[in-house]
Amino acid sequence: MSEQLVFTRPEVLADVATHYCPGCQHGVVHRIVAECLEEFGLVEKTIAVSSIGCSVFLYNYILVDTVEAPHGRAPAVATGVKRARKDAFVFAYQGDGDLASIGMAEIMHAANRGERISVIFVNNTVYGMTGGQMAPTTMVGQKTTTCPAGRCMEREGGPIHMSEIIATLGGVAYCARTAVNTIKNIAQTKRAIRRAFETQINGEGFGFVEVLATCPTNWRMSSVAANERVGKEMIPEFPLGVFKDAAKEEQP
Amino acid sequence: MSRIVIDEQRCKGCLLCVEACPKSIIVASSRFNAKGYKVAELPEASMDTCTGCASCAQMCPDVAITVWRTAKSKAKENE
Amino acid sequence: MSAKRIFIKGNEAIGHGALDAGCRCYFGYPITPQNDIPEMLSSAMPAAGGEFVQAESEVASANMLLGAAACGVRAMTSSSSPGVSLMQEAISYMAGSDLPGVIVNMNRGGPGLGDIGPSQGDYFQSVKGGGHGDYRTLVLAPGSCQECYDLTFEAFELAFKYRNPVLILGDAIVGQMKEPVARREPLPIDPAEGADWKLTGRGQRAPRILKSLFLDDGALAGQNIRLRDKYAAMATEVRYEAFETADADLVVVAYGSIGRIVKSTVRALRAQGLKVGLLRPITLFPFPEAVLRDLAGQGKRFLTIEHNLGQMVDDVRLAVRGLADSEFFGFLPGNMPTPEDFDAPVRAAVKGA
Repeated sequence: MSEQLVFTRPEVLADVATHYCPGCQHGVVHRIVAECLEEFGLVEKTIAVSSIGCSVFLYNYILVDTVEAPHGRAPAVATGVKRARKDAFVFAYQGDGDLASIGMAEIMHAANRGERISVIFVNNTVYGMTGGQMAPTTMVGQKTTTCPAGRCMEREGGPIHMSEIIATLGGVAYCARTAVNTIKNIAQTKRAIRRAFETQINGEGFGFVEVLATCPTNWRMSSVAANERVGKEMIPEFPLGVFKDAAKEEQP
Repeated sequence: MSRIVIDEQRCKGCLLCVEACPKSIIVASSRFNAKGYKVAELPEASMDTCTGCASCAQMCPDVAITVWRTAKSKAKENE
Repeated sequence: MSAKRIFIKGNEAIGHGALDAGCRCYFGYPITPQNDIPEMLSSAMPAAGGEFVQAESEVASANMLLGAAACGVRAMTSSSSPGVSLMQEAISYMAGSDLPGVIVNMNRGGPGLGDIGPSQGDYFQSVKGGGHGDYRTLVLAPGSCQECYDLTFEAFELAFKYRNPVLILGDAIVGQMKEPVARREPLPIDPAEGADWKLTGRGQRAPRILKSLFLDDGALAGQNIRLRDKYAAMATEVRYEAFETADADLVVVAYGSIGRIVKSTVRALRAQGLKVGLLRPITLFPFPEAVLRDLAGQGKRFLTIEHNLGQMVDDVRLAVRGLADSEFFGFLPGNMPTPEDFDAPVRAAVKGA
């Protein structure tokens, strides 16, 4: 009877406890990103751009060269990095407040220019680090500390669907939305991040993966209930799928 | 026999692994770790039911679970 | 030094100075009166093997500068007052992360949209930090097209020497006028520059982190003290032009284009026998306070002339405090000054003893 190790921590993922709350799925996304970096042999040539919010500490967990960007500016910083060092593999990791609110201009234009960078966008419908305020992706009716009665379409507008918007831009080679609430969706997230990384490796254009994730603390839910919400409420609002894949568009 | 090892000092007791386990053999223990989290466990008595599918490890936000599978594994749930 | 001289605008001289200093990334956004810089670099930078990006905003161009700087590449952005306000966020992060880069501000009138003509209204913003937090940038103030070239060239050396943002503070006068400019021998690109800190991908070494977040107990205080010591060390970079100050009763202090125009005024008044001189700071940070204090110790009086309501005059008064004071004459934005505009105020100050 031979025993085989089938799951362990990727080496580039620091062997430390994270600062994330129990049930927060940043850890899952970090792990998948780390696995993809290793599987493509990118660790040594990667420059990561961390953003503002809970994931600012990306550099404590994914052990690659990293520069910290101001709030929302990670795609602009990543543009500067990639233009300065074309042989580097460059990815940015952003949350929803960072990417879809304060950083809307930077993400749109980096995507539209077709910068050869990869952006991992973790959407948990709330500002986590600052304590649960309304985010651009907060769902109508969702209660936050700045829309305590629930987000109101007439007053605050509805959640922004970034993947659908990004997919319309010319420079985008790959754009997908996934989730990490089930084993099947985790596998799909890994495939999507691999494909986004591949578009950069092949010089095809801009790669974007939106990952739906939980924030149990600011949703005021147990980890298990928060994970169930992803399937029951988030996915119907933010449908999963590949919104653009340049490789599959070559045949008319 | 496949098996898992849960690093109890990393476990934050979120119990997503309990939900993910297709054999429903992972449970909340009555133990607290140094950080005060009530950790998940796979009781020794249930270990031979483990298929080594790694669903628990895939779900774990804290990458606290290591999985070994035996050669005659019947892990059909794994991707 | 190459003797070849070219007849170009101050803005173009900045572009040439950057290229010859080995700048290989430029990020910018259109704004008057500095558009000659991105326009010339849009073709000259790619021709030199570099990268030119017209960004979506000054916010983005300054953050692209931050990214390129993190890679240890000589990089620059340029703008004018309203655009430089938008860049302050990234400049603060660059200062906090010890990143070298060159930012050009061809100062126009303000506040707000102001006008598109020359002004020195951004002095405080330039020398007192500009963005949030306790930091300084090196500030170089050209008064001629030649200085536009030379100071931009040297700005890159200073930026990398101190791992700090360097600001070129010009204005619509020096940017738009044309003069002969002597170019230097272009610097070879040094692939080893920044080898001990820049991001390259970690390779076989430990990963590097360039950041301005310091949350551990005492960590930010430590960073602040380290930055303070760095700014103090910059004092050796002080530059100024002293013209006819040795026997002057009155020293006029003026910088940039205004300093140059005042020099003509001083020359004309000297010809009429008035004992007046000019001290023109070329570095605004570090400020040439030692020379001013020395002149004050010799019993000289001071008149600060600026193209604003009085900003640098504060630093002049601080430099000479306890020994002297400085009078002030402000020429307001919206008009182009001539040497004659300063004739009366300088005469009045000479007599005012």
